[in-house]
Amino acid sequence: MEKHLLRYIWNHTRPQQIWILAIVLISMIPYFMAFDLPKQIINGPIQGQGFNGPRATMPFLAFDYSIPFVGWSISFDGFEMNRLWMLMALSGVFLLLVIINGLFKFYINNYKGRLGERLLRRIRYELVDRLLRFPPSTMRQIRGAEVSSMVKDEVEPFGGFTGDAFVQPAMLGGQAIAALCFIVLQNLWLGLIAAFMVAIQVGIIPKMRRRLIELGRQRQITARHLAGKVGEIVEGMDTIHSYDTTNYERADIAHRLGQIYKIRYELYQWKFIVKFVNNFLSQLTPFLFYSIGGYFALRGTLDVGQLVAVINAYKDLPGPLKELIDWDQARQDVQVKYEQVREQFEPTQLIEPTVHALAVKLPDHDASPLAAVNLTIVDGSGASVAENVTLKIELGETVAVIDNAGIGAEAVAEAFGRIVWPASGKVMLGDTDILELPEAVTGRQMTYASADSYFFHGTLKDNLLYGLKHAPMTKEKEPKLTMARRWALNEAQMAGNSTHDPNTDWIDRRSTSVSRGSQDDVKQSVLGALDAVQLTPDVMELALHSYIDPAENPTLTERVVEMRFALREELTKQGLGSIVSHFDFSAYNTEATVRENLLFAATRQNGNGTPDVEIEEGEYVFEVLKTAQLFDLLYDMGLAIAENVTEIFAGLPPEHPLFQQLEHITAEDIAFYQQFLKRKRSRRDLQVSANEQRAIVKLSLYYVEPRYRFGVLTPDIMRQIVAARDIFYANLPAALRDRIERYDPHKYMSAATLRENILFGKLSHRSPDAPAKIRNVAARLLREMGLYESFIGLGLDYDVGASGRRLTLIQRHKLSLARALVRRSSYYVFNKPLPGLDRRVQEEIVKNVLHFLQEQDNNPSVVWVLSNTSLSRLFHRVIVFDRGHVVEDGTFETLDMKSGIFKSLVA
Amino acid sequence: MLLNEEVQLLRKVPYFCRVDPCKLKLLAFTSDRVCYEPGQYLFTQGDDSEAAYVILCGKVDLLTDSSNGEVKIGEAGCNSIIGEMCLLSNASQAVTARATTEVDALRITKDAFFKVIADNPRISMEISRTLAETIRGSRLSDMQHEKQHA
Repeated sequence: MEKHLLRYIWNHTRPQQIWILAIVLISMIPYFMAFDLPKQIINGPIQGQGFNGPRATMPFLAFDYSIPFVGWSISFDGFEMNRLWMLMALSGVFLLLVIINGLFKFYINNYKGRLGERLLRRIRYELVDRLLRFPPSTMRQIRGAEVSSMVKDEVEPFGGFTGDAFVQPAMLGGQAIAALCFIVLQNLWLGLIAAFMVAIQVGIIPKMRRRLIELGRQRQITARHLAGKVGEIVEGMDTIHSYDTTNYERADIAHRLGQIYKIRYELYQWKFIVKFVNNFLSQLTPFLFYSIGGYFALRGTLDVGQLVAVINAYKDLPGPLKELIDWDQARQDVQVKYEQVREQFEPTQLIEPTVHALAVKLPDHDASPLAAVNLTIVDGSGASVAENVTLKIELGETVAVIDNAGIGAEAVAEAFGRIVWPASGKVMLGDTDILELPEAVTGRQMTYASADSYFFHGTLKDNLLYGLKHAPMTKEKEPKLTMARRWALNEAQMAGNSTHDPNTDWIDRRSTSVSRGSQDDVKQSVLGALDAVQLTPDVMELALHSYIDPAENPTLTERVVEMRFALREELTKQGLGSIVSHFDFSAYNTEATVRENLLFAATRQNGNGTPDVEIEEGEYVFEVLKTAQLFDLLYDMGLAIAENVTEIFAGLPPEHPLFQQLEHITAEDIAFYQQFLKRKRSRRDLQVSANEQRAIVKLSLYYVEPRYRFGVLTPDIMRQIVAARDIFYANLPAALRDRIERYDPHKYMSAATLRENILFGKLSHRSPDAPAKIRNVAARLLREMGLYESFIGLGLDYDVGASGRRLTLIQRHKLSLARALVRRSSYYVFNKPLPGLDRRVQEEIVKNVLHFLQEQDNNPSVVWVLSNTSLSRLFHRVIVFDRGHVVEDGTFETLDMKSGIFKSLVA
Repeated sequence: MLLNEEVQLLRKVPYFCRVDPCKLKLLAFTSDRVCYEPGQYLFTQGDDSEAAYVILCGKVDLLTDSSNGEVKIGEAGCNSIIGEMCLLSNASQAVTARATTEVDALRITKDAFFKVIADNPRISMEISRTLAETIRGSRLSDMQHEKQHA
């Protein structure tokens, strides 16, 4: 990048700058014409100069111009007009000039704005482009939030400056010089005084600004660190809370803000001092004119007319001069910012652009073997973690790599994955150093996965297919481009940006793991990878938890309703009919709460349910109970429940974990019921407040007979509740209608999860293995009905959140491995990808993954750094590292026979 | 069957016979009331032990795996508790329990079991006593056995 911003701007916008300067110059003509016109209008038609009588006429638009040296002359006699017509014509011209000036201004501002925005776009793109080319060692030292603050905020002022970068000084300088020349022409000595004062201004002010610039630099850096710190707080939130360090972080932020405040306050002070001096100097000149010029005028050595002319001419000097100085300040300001940003984006080494060249097809390169040659790797502190490692891995091998002491194996795997660059020696793929190979080769022929792989904000599916997005797969055909796309392309080119459309299909369907040349290779690869890492049940669970809108997925939801009936039939057929109590409009569902039975509807759980709506819902339920004359019945029932509950939980301290067994009832509630019952026993005629009544009725509302077994729910109450269902719906308030969706066996309910929609009932409390039984039957039905893939698809639409935080750590580790498995590569390097899993699951997954990859027809090899050394028996070859050196290398059997380090590790 | 009836039945279990009925009500309340068809398994040998079962009515066969398949080693009937030893020793299930008739049982989960014991020293005393008696009984029978042989 250029050292100076002005040069950067000039290099990238030269023709445009010249063009806009020319336009500005041309725009001066109508501008000055408009200056002169009012005088002409007043003197001419209004005051009647040149019109000798009421009937006299003057020529309009007459001119006579002779070109110097050549002697040719052009002339036009004009239109003869009387005073009134002349007034109208000149006024018309005035209006025309106003419009022309306005249009010029509009065009110029527009053009400058566009120029600035394009440059801003270019510079931001260039910064990110450079970021993508940073070597790993540099990457490790930078903080994400700081870089984003640089790319987003710190370069922002460059855009505004670009348009004025050259036009402004050219114009203002011209004006100032013209004014100065004019003064000198009027009087040499006074002119020289003015010139001297200008020189002082131009000399002193920038010097005074040095401190300003220094402060500006500090301000920028502290602000950037602040951004970094805020980013750090967001990322480290869990640690902050778990160690009670929120106040330490508050103090840290306050300190930083204080620093920024101090810098900014000093900045203001200096700014206004400079302004004061500047104003003073520009007002000093007229003082000198008045005093010295006046003195000479009194002495008679200076003509009074000349003095007045000089003072008049000086009027035009301070304006442009001040603006020029302001421009210079803006220039210095952006220059400082530019230097600060540039410094961060000029590491000693950048990855060559050719390494990142876009390749639609896998470039031809013999990718075998993968070898480490005298590889030495050092860690951040400079200590070597792997020394002189020489290894060769042929295609088709499966290699377990284990560490005895040190992290040599991990370091070598990272070097294979280009996560670290070797300090000496190299990693070769075929006969080339992998750092010299284009990423189109290394990034496709090799697949690296570790536990700390990153996930991008998006769905599970986006993340799984991320490793296939090397290049846009569809060629954009010129005539077919839409207007919008053509505009986007053109603008991208103008700003030196990438012209590829991120919204087209980037998924390389030829480089999927399962590659049979059919349409569903991608799908099969994803399903296979998910199965291999045992993530499928999780994805299915996500699907079952999701809410689907039948309007968006009409076919799928219809099929789910079909499945609802099929499941019911199948369960009955297997004699399992009793484990689900289905919703039936005419019957009480004993496995559901009283409230659920009254509502007989799915209520949307989270999302658009605000507390207000919930309160309204509660109010309405009580209202319905009163109308249906159920309130008193449920009150009595609630009293009985309260008696039981208080008896059971009497004497337990409020923090006792058994309270968690009660849904909807807390320890405080129990204390309240206890007191209430005590009062009630002591006074027969106790006045019960409405709130107390409701609290007691609430107990009944959440009562489930098979769960509580208090025997208080009589068949009579059940019958009445079923009868009250209609009353509940008859007057349902509008606010609740979106939230409450009545159960209908033939309809998909968007307010309920997919699982609830399939089951359409409650699991029996009395059958302990009901969930497992249902799962078995439902899983079979899913496949039989061909819904399995649609459900997995729904699960894959789950949004993983920022850096995948909506997934558990284990899920993230599995996902990282699955993402690697979706890709087809010659070498798979797995660097302890599943550290948190228990041994049995680890073993299953390692077996699955090896099996899955061996199905590929390109005979890939797998290099797996194991955290669980006993799994090395699943591999052809085992390499043992000890303190950064390879100490043993051979098949599992041979190493197992030798009594070396390996044997002690595995034993 | 209601909670109160369950409490009455629990009192017939040796462990719980001297425990305050109020505490037994809590134990019953925190447990699940489950029922099994004949032939259904309550738990299988080798499973993680997650719960103890008090048989309220019905009969359960206790089986163990052997080279000749499952061998019946015992039977549990009304008012007996099974699975509690493995729960206490935190081991996997030592036997398989299969319902031979329709079985009604209280499933006391590990969590609830330990929490209730922790709050009621009486229960743990009773458990210790029952255990001690069992061991003493088995020693006595061993000694008698030896005497007979001697």
